[in-house]
Amino acid sequence: MPKIDMTRGSTLRKLTIVGVASITALSLAACAQSQRDPGNQGGKTGGTLTFGAEGKPKLFDPFYATDGATFRISRQVFEGLVGFKPGSAEAGPELATKWESSTDGKSWTFTLKQGVKFHDGTDFNAEAACFNFNRWYNQKGAGQSSSVSEYWVDNFGGFADGAKPSLFKSCTVKDAQNIVVELTGASSKFPDVLGLPSFSMQSPTAMQKYNADNVVAQGESFIFPEYAMKQPTGTGPFKFVNYDTTNNLIELGRFDGYHGDKAKLDKLNFKVIADETARKQALQSGDIDGYDYPAPADWAKLKTDGFQVVPRDAFNVMYLGITQKNNAKLQDFRVRKAISMAINREQLVKSQLPETATVATQFMPKIVQGYNPNVKPIEYSPEKAKALLAEAGASNLEVNFWWPSEVTRPYMPNPQDIFGAIAADLRNVGIKLNVVTKPWNGGYLTEIDQAKADLFLLGWTGDQSAAANWIGTFFGNAENRFYTKSSPWGEDLAKRLDAADVTADKAQREKLYQELNRQIVEEYLPAVPLSHSPPAFVLKKDVKNLTPSPLTAEEFSPVTKG
Amino acid sequence: MLRYTVRRLLQLVLVVGVLSLLLFAWLRSLPGGPVSALLGERGTEESRRELTALLGLDQPIYVQYFKFLGRALSGDFGTSLGVQPGTTAVDLFLERFPATLELSFCAIVLAIAAGIPLGYLAARRRGRWFDNAGVIGSLIGVAVPVFFLAFVLKHIFAVELQWLPSAGRQDDISATRVTGFYVFDGIITGEWDAVWNSLEHLILPSIALATIPFAVIFRITRAAVLDVLDEDYVRTAESKGLTAQVVRRRHVLRNAMLPVVTTIGLQTGALLAGAVLTEKVFSFPGLGEALALGFERRDYPVLQVLIIVAAMVYVFVNLLVDLSYALIDPRVRTR
Repeated sequence: MPKIDMTRGSTLRKLTIVGVASITALSLAACAQSQRDPGNQGGKTGGTLTFGAEGKPKLFDPFYATDGATFRISRQVFEGLVGFKPGSAEAGPELATKWESSTDGKSWTFTLKQGVKFHDGTDFNAEAACFNFNRWYNQKGAGQSSSVSEYWVDNFGGFADGAKPSLFKSCTVKDAQNIVVELTGASSKFPDVLGLPSFSMQSPTAMQKYNADNVVAQGESFIFPEYAMKQPTGTGPFKFVNYDTTNNLIELGRFDGYHGDKAKLDKLNFKVIADETARKQALQSGDIDGYDYPAPADWAKLKTDGFQVVPRDAFNVMYLGITQKNNAKLQDFRVRKAISMAINREQLVKSQLPETATVATQFMPKIVQGYNPNVKPIEYSPEKAKALLAEAGASNLEVNFWWPSEVTRPYMPNPQDIFGAIAADLRNVGIKLNVVTKPWNGGYLTEIDQAKADLFLLGWTGDQSAAANWIGTFFGNAENRFYTKSSPWGEDLAKRLDAADVTADKAQREKLYQELNRQIVEEYLPAVPLSHSPPAFVLKKDVKNLTPSPLTAEEFSPVTKG
Repeated sequence: MLRYTVRRLLQLVLVVGVLSLLLFAWLRSLPGGPVSALLGERGTEESRRELTALLGLDQPIYVQYFKFLGRALSGDFGTSLGVQPGTTAVDLFLERFPATLELSFCAIVLAIAAGIPLGYLAARRRGRWFDNAGVIGSLIGVAVPVFFLAFVLKHIFAVELQWLPSAGRQDDISATRVTGFYVFDGIITGEWDAVWNSLEHLILPSIALATIPFAVIFRITRAAVLDVLDEDYVRTAESKGLTAQVVRRRHVLRNAMLPVVTTIGLQTGALLAGAVLTEKVFSFPGLGEALALGFERRDYPVLQVLIIVAAMVYVFVNLLVDLSYALIDPRVRTR
C-alpha cells in the first residue's frame, strides 16, 4: 500500500485538528464548573424558588380543570370563598369570613372579606362572587361536557338550561358584603366543596375581556379561550406571569396588592419534568429547589443526601377491585371474604409502600367525615380463607386478575410489585389466577369500567373530606365498576348513600356514613380496601415553611429560601 | 436531472399519503385511547362514552379519516389532547421542532467532525494500535444503547459533579426568542449568557446522541479510504508525481466520500429515533419528548403530525442524498 504522509498544513490535517479541537472544546466546556443556581439567593425573603412538577397544567382556568398539575398553580393564583386550614382537610374561611345556613340546608348566606382586589385591580365583592356562581351555572355547549366542567357536573349536576337536575338554584347579592346561595336540596358536600380549586373566585373583568366561557369542541379535542391559556386572574398571593411551553416552565410573581400576608418569594417557578428519576436528578444537580412525588424507594437516600422529604397525610385509598358481573362465584359474599382474608395487608404495606403508609380498614382515610373507627379489621388468615372457599363450593376458584402497567399513582407507587405480593397470597389459598396486564391509558381503565376484569388494582385520591366524595363515588350508583347491581344489597346501598348525602344535620349525617362504612366492609365487601399511602414532596435544606397538605393544597406564599 | 428530481418528489408524496392512512388506522387500533388519559380513574363508563362521542372517536375509522383529511388539507391537524393540552398539533410541532433540530445539528456536527478525520487516520494506520482502538471504540459506540449512555452521562456530569444541567433547554426564560433556535437567538440579540446557558444544556444530550452516528461514520470512512487507497488510479496519480496532498484531496478523499455522504444522510434520519430516547432522559422539550409523551397519553393529533412529518423528513433526506450522489457521480443520473 502506498504511503501518504500527513504533511503540515494539509487539508486532512486541518480537518483532523478541527475535529479533535471541537471535541476538546466541548469537553472543556463540560469541565468548566459554572455556578448554576435556579434562582438568585435572596436571603430570608425574596428570590426565586423553582419547584419540579410531575405534569403539565392543562390550562389555567381551574373551573375547566381536573388535573393536579393545574390545581397546584390555581392554589397560588386563586382563592375560593371557602379554604382549607393549612395542613388539614378541614374547611375554613378564605374569601368568605363566615357563612350560615337555613335549617333545611338549602339557603346559605356568605359574608365576604372586605378590601380584596383581583390581580387586574377589579374589586372582589358580592357582585363578583355571584358573577362566578352564575358563570358556572350558565355554561353552554362544550362547557357543559362532563369532561370539561367535570367538578361542577360531579358536585352540582346540571346547568341553567335544565336538561339535567342541578343542586344549584341561584346566587343573590344581599348587599356589598353578603350573598345568598340557594340550593335545590341539602348536600353533605356543601359548602366545603367551594374550597376546591375549580370553584375559585375569578375576575369578572378579565373573564369577560378574554372570553373565558368560549370553549369549543373541535375535531378530536377542545379549544380553550385565551383567558384559560394566558390570562388567569384571581386574588391569590401570586399572580400568573408566563407559561413558557417550549421550556415547560410556569412563572408566577408575587402579587403586591394581596389582602393578606404577602408572599415572601419574588418569583415562584414550576418546572415540569414528567419523569420521576429526572426530577430527582434535577434536584441533585441543583436545577430545582424541590419537587413533588418522589418515589418511595428514594426517600431514604434523599434524606441521607441532606434533602427534606416531607410526607403528607394520606388522602387516598388503594383497593383490590372485585367485579361481580361475569364470575358468578364472586357474587357469593363468602368468596369475597375469603379473598380479603387471604391477603397479608400488613406485610404488603410494610414491604411495598412508604414508611408512613397504613393498612386501610375502610374505603376512606381517618380525616374524612364519616370515618368509622370501630370497623372490625379484616383478619389475615389463609386457613380461614381456604375454609370459606370450600364452604362456598369455590375451592377451585379461577379468576382474571388485572394490573396496570406504565403508571404510578400516589396510592400505588409500583403496581407490578404490589400485584406480585397479592397474587402470591391468593395463589397460596389455592385460587387460580389468569393474569392480565394492560397499560393504564392503553385499555386498562376503559376495560375495567367495561367489567372485563374479575379482580383488579385501583384506587382513589379524594378531593374533599365529605364521605360522598369517597364511598359515594364508588358505590353511589349500582352500575359501578364493581357491578354491585349483581348483589341483592347493591341498589339499596346506592339509595342509602344518596340519602346520607342529602341529610342536612351534620351529626346525623356522620352517623349514617359511619354505619354505611361498617356495613360495606363487614357485610358487603364489594372490594377489598388495602392501604393509604402518603405522597411526599422533597425540598432543599434551605427551603422553609411549606406545610404539607393532605389535599396537596400546599401554599407557597409563606415559603422562604436561603 | 430535473426529471429525476420531479420523479423522486412524486414518490415522496405517494409514500407520505399511504403512510398517513396506515398510521391513522394503526393508532386507533391500539388499546385504550385519549379518553382514558383525559379522565383517569375519575372516569365512569358513562363519562367515557360521552367524551368518546364528543371527540368523534365512536365513528367508523374511515369516516374519522376523511374528516381528518378534510381538516388537514385546510391546515388543521387538531389540538393536542395530552402532551400540551390546548395547543394545536401544528403549533406544538413548530414550537418543538427547533429544539430537536438544534440538538440533532449539534450531534451530527460532532459525529462528522470526529468521525471523518479519525476514520481517515485509522485507515492510514491500518493494523496499528490507533486503528485497533478506534475499531473497538466504534463497536462499543454502536452497541451501547443511547438511553443507557444518556443516563450515565447525566449521572456523572449533572448529578455527581454538577457541572452541567440535567434537564431542559434553558434556565433563563426571560431570554429574547426570535427563531426558537436558542443559541442562534442569543447570538443575534447579543445575549451571551443565554447562548452559554443553552449550550450547557446541549452538551450532554448532543454527546449521547452523537455516539451512534459517530461510530458509523468512523467505520464507513475507514473502510472507504482503505478501499480507495488500493485503487489503481491512486497508484497512477502517485506515479504521475502528484504531491501527496493533491492525491489525498482529489483522488482519495473525494472518492471515499460517496459512501460517507450516504451514511451521513441515513444517520441524520436515524437521529430522530435516538432523539426520542435522549430527549426523554434529559427532559429536553423537543419532538422526541413529545412523541414519547404522546404515546403514553394516546394523543392522536400530536402523534399524527409528528410521525407524518418524521416520515417526510426521512424520505426527503434520502432524496437529498440521492441528488447529491447524482451531483458527485454523473452515472447515477442515467440509471
